[in-house]
Amino acid sequence: MSDTVRLTCIECPTGCALTVLVEEGKAVSVEGYGCRRGRDYAIAEVDCPVRILTSTVAAQGLSVRMVPVRSSQPIPRGCLMDAMNAIRALTIDRPVRAGDVLVEDILGLGADIVATRDVERD
Amino acid sequence: MQERELVVVGGGPAGMAAALAAREHGVQDVLLLERDRHLGGILNQCVHAGFGLVHFKEALTGPEYAGRFIRSMRGTPGIEVKTGCFVAELKPGKVLTCLSTGEVSTIRTRALVMATGCRERTREMIQIPGTRPAGVFSAGLAQKMMNIEGLLPGREVVVIGSGDIGLIMARRLSLEGVEVKAVVEIQPHAVGLKRNVVQCLEDFGIPLHLSHRVLWIHGKDRVEAVDIAQVDDSGNEIAGTRFSLRCDTVLVSVGLIPENELIEMAGVEVDRHTNEPVSSDLNYTSVPGLFVCGNAYRVYDIVDSVTRDSFLAGQQAAEYLAENGGVR
Repeated sequence: MSDTVRLTCIECPTGCALTVLVEEGKAVSVEGYGCRRGRDYAIAEVDCPVRILTSTVAAQGLSVRMVPVRSSQPIPRGCLMDAMNAIRALTIDRPVRAGDVLVEDILGLGADIVATRDVERD
Repeated sequence: MQERELVVVGGGPAGMAAALAAREHGVQDVLLLERDRHLGGILNQCVHAGFGLVHFKEALTGPEYAGRFIRSMRGTPGIEVKTGCFVAELKPGKVLTCLSTGEVSTIRTRALVMATGCRERTREMIQIPGTRPAGVFSAGLAQKMMNIEGLLPGREVVVIGSGDIGLIMARRLSLEGVEVKAVVEIQPHAVGLKRNVVQCLEDFGIPLHLSHRVLWIHGKDRVEAVDIAQVDDSGNEIAGTRFSLRCDTVLVSVGLIPENELIEMAGVEVDRHTNEPVSSDLNYTSVPGLFVCGNAYRVYDIVDSVTRDSFLAGQQAAEYLAENGGVR
């Protein structure tokens, strides 16, 4: 039993139109991609869609009010809200550098939550 | 009055690239003026990922993209950065009046790069009828409220216009538990990038109403609802398609216009329709030695292109200085 799935690639602003042949829930062929990232995106999107999560964390006594953060790796789309709840519970009261890990292996998903901006004391 | 070789106005991606390139091409004295406390410009509030695929060959967030340039600026001797400094006036002869806390100063510069970015079009510019309650924000302002100030603009939101900032804010609000009821686009196609329709709307089940317009904003003190209808090719309401959505907040994402008030003050020619400087070639203006780059020159789709073209502006300013009396 095979199925054809049409997707728009989200890896870059080009937004290539992808056609994926799916058999038993797995991508067996991808057409329309312009680069390797697009092909990988299509395969993952059929199997288990993943997204980079970005948000902000409240800061105390620092040079900004909100510290921007991201997941170090894409995480399953279905887990975004749970990860948000975990991030929302955080506050940061010490200086951080972009790339510093704030939450290791969030929800056991294999991605860290890292700061994306250097923040000093106020 | 201070005398300088090169002043760059604006510390976003355009201004930083111009300052760095000017130094690289031999300008000894570069002064960059930024009104905010921090360098980085609009990138600081663009916390989402997707920047830098061309320039850095990886998908960075806005603050990460800015951070790489901020570190380069710090590591480059000969660039003086003044933050918290607002340029209030530009006079012919490249004379700037600058305001900073407790100080008004005047600077005459031999070359000038204006990297003042752009502004959002507002509700008033697209004439959405209705009352004038609190809760109507431009999408970028809502982005600043959330990502810089830590304030939630509302609980139930309708987005007018499908520009990229509106789409990105629809996702950002959804992630914070806000209900985004719809994005309403008068065109028959989304204005923003397709990738943003997918990852910002479809991922969160947010309806996109194409060929629809908001007819009326309701509410006395605060937004209470909007009326929406489908429109024909001429933008006229199609009978029988009208519906209302209850909401407490309306975000307007209907495009950007270059910010060029300062150069207009100095008599530089600006196109009345686009607000872009009248220009013979990339970054040039009607005044020799006065360059405009980045979103102030024209509104760009991606920051990587701003970086590329603004590096050129720094080089052009260096060449102008070399051709007009050399470095003093």
